[in-house]
Amino acid sequence: MLRDEDRIFKNLYNDLGWELDYAIKRGDWINTENIISKGREWIIKEIKESELRGRGGAGFPTGLKLSFAPKELGSRPHYLVINADESEPGTCKDRDILRFEPQKLIEGCFIASYAINAHTCYIYIRGEYFREGQRLQSAINQAYEKKLLGKNACNSGWDLDIYIHYGAGAYICGEETALLESLEGNKGQPRLKPPFPALVGLYGCPTIVNNVETISVIPTILKRGAKWFASLGKPKNTGTKIYCISGNVNNPCNVEEEMGIPLKELIEKHAGGVIGGWTNLQAVIPGGSSMPLLPKNICETITMDFDSLIKEKSGLGTAGIVVINKDQDIIKCIARIARFYKHESCGQCTPCREGCGWMWRMLERMSEGESTYKEIDLLHDVTKQIEGHTICAFGEGASWPVQGLLRHFRKEIEKRSHDEPIIKKKSNIPYLIDQHLLEKDNA
Amino acid sequence: MSFKKISKTQPANFVFDKDNLIEANKEIKKYPKERKASAVMALLYLAQKQNSNWIPLAAIKYIAKLLEMPYIKVYEVSTFYSMFNLSPVGKYFVQVCTTTPCMIRGSKKIVEVCKKNISKHQNELSENKLCSWTEVECLGACVNAPMIQINQDYFEDLDEKSTEEIIMKLLKDEFPSPGSAKNRKSNAPERGKTSLLEVKNA
Repeated sequence: MLRDEDRIFKNLYNDLGWELDYAIKRGDWINTENIISKGREWIIKEIKESELRGRGGAGFPTGLKLSFAPKELGSRPHYLVINADESEPGTCKDRDILRFEPQKLIEGCFIASYAINAHTCYIYIRGEYFREGQRLQSAINQAYEKKLLGKNACNSGWDLDIYIHYGAGAYICGEETALLESLEGNKGQPRLKPPFPALVGLYGCPTIVNNVETISVIPTILKRGAKWFASLGKPKNTGTKIYCISGNVNNPCNVEEEMGIPLKELIEKHAGGVIGGWTNLQAVIPGGSSMPLLPKNICETITMDFDSLIKEKSGLGTAGIVVINKDQDIIKCIARIARFYKHESCGQCTPCREGCGWMWRMLERMSEGESTYKEIDLLHDVTKQIEGHTICAFGEGASWPVQGLLRHFRKEIEKRSHDEPIIKKKSNIPYLIDQHLLEKDNA
Repeated sequence: MSFKKISKTQPANFVFDKDNLIEANKEIKKYPKERKASAVMALLYLAQKQNSNWIPLAAIKYIAKLLEMPYIKVYEVSTFYSMFNLSPVGKYFVQVCTTTPCMIRGSKKIVEVCKKNISKHQNELSENKLCSWTEVECLGACVNAPMIQINQDYFEDLDEKSTEEIIMKLLKDEFPSPGSAKNRKSNAPERGKTSLLEVKNA
């Protein structure tokens, strides 16, 4: 188990106060100008060496991403955009950072902005997090008062302004190019990539988009050293991570732990175990709703890091763990997730717009026991036709949970399905003109 | 993509009042001069706040003029995002999260309470015209499931009893205190912390 002094977010439960004065006591904004004076190359090199991977879901190496921004400031300004549009079902980690550790985020914004030559930083918060946004705004105001932001921020000679932009309830705006579209005042529909935002992003200028948690851990990494961060967790899956454990557990909670911690330990130790005991466990969604679920036998041994979960054909995603016990109808659970994706599809690509509704309706039928055996393969076919045929990764996110259900709980669906109804029941269907052909005597 | 019903009765005119105009100009200043359109969402929020929680078409036209955008673009934005209400909602707008993490912790019961106490169907005003409710997708407080959002505040760790108490207060035109119904501290485990036990501000 991770020692308390190695935890980055010491105020995760707001025992210590979120205000700037308390944050400084915890070590925020200390030696920041020193870090800046070591230069851009050093900062990016250090982040690369720490092997920090993005915490927003895809797990892209952060140091590499920061290095994609053009080294010299050209005629176009550079932008840093923070993705705080946390909408993945099962995930609520960024909310706690915004509420209780806002200075870590602001300091991270400052260092990252300097590293990529940006003078302006936008934080895109989902509209529902209105109170969290207010909290962040007062934290930003406090930082301005102490001259940690603005002209010559933190005495480093670098100017930085941070602005908050509210979303308005669109899940798709968590996708980076959709987020940029939304920030420009359009509806949030993803752009084709390439060109990648690092070269053509917000207003056509070089832009780096990062998740809240990723940016918030950067100051601590630079202060305590890349070696310290890399010593935690597993190779290529280093550091700590905030896990959100929700669903059928006795003590749902957010907790910061090492990468690569066994899932069973997380659930038993921090979340107080599954309701009804470990034997009552049915399945776990390990990384927010987009990631395929894992049945109990895999949950016994799986560790929570990017690479181990990919081996089990799932993924760490945002580390939003949803525990489902045997009292729940697993098909209904996934059907509800399918409904979520049907609601949130932006409607730009046909496979996703039409397919998500199709998957939802089929799963609803399956949970009601109205489906035939044939439909199970048909559903799998539908998921395959969405996956990889859309502009953004939403298509994958929508079809993976359904594929996971089919992979691990096919028997459950088969139990409720039946053969073609007409042949089996031989019922008298008035509109069928050739009814007599179905009757045995005439066959 | 959410289904939007546009109100049949519309006010003829809409202009920002003095305070909101100042706010609007502040919002516009956040973005580069030639990129005024970026402020469209913030301005729609202001219009929604000013016009008792819904946006009339007149406001969309007004904002389009203010930001020098085509009317259809502002209309497009206001219909795309689910948080912009284009027809009247209650003074207290109850949004019940029903996505899987809330569903498996009993959000169905919360919906039943709303049906019983507010209105039979979602997006309908209650008898005293104060309240309306709707089912929404994940609100991002899964660890505190089941939960509802009323206007801008989150009400967490609910059950049937506490939800009923909250709604009864709303129907009496009182605003209940937000946060956890079980008096739980933020997102910490309910029965005692398992980490950060002895951390102090150094």
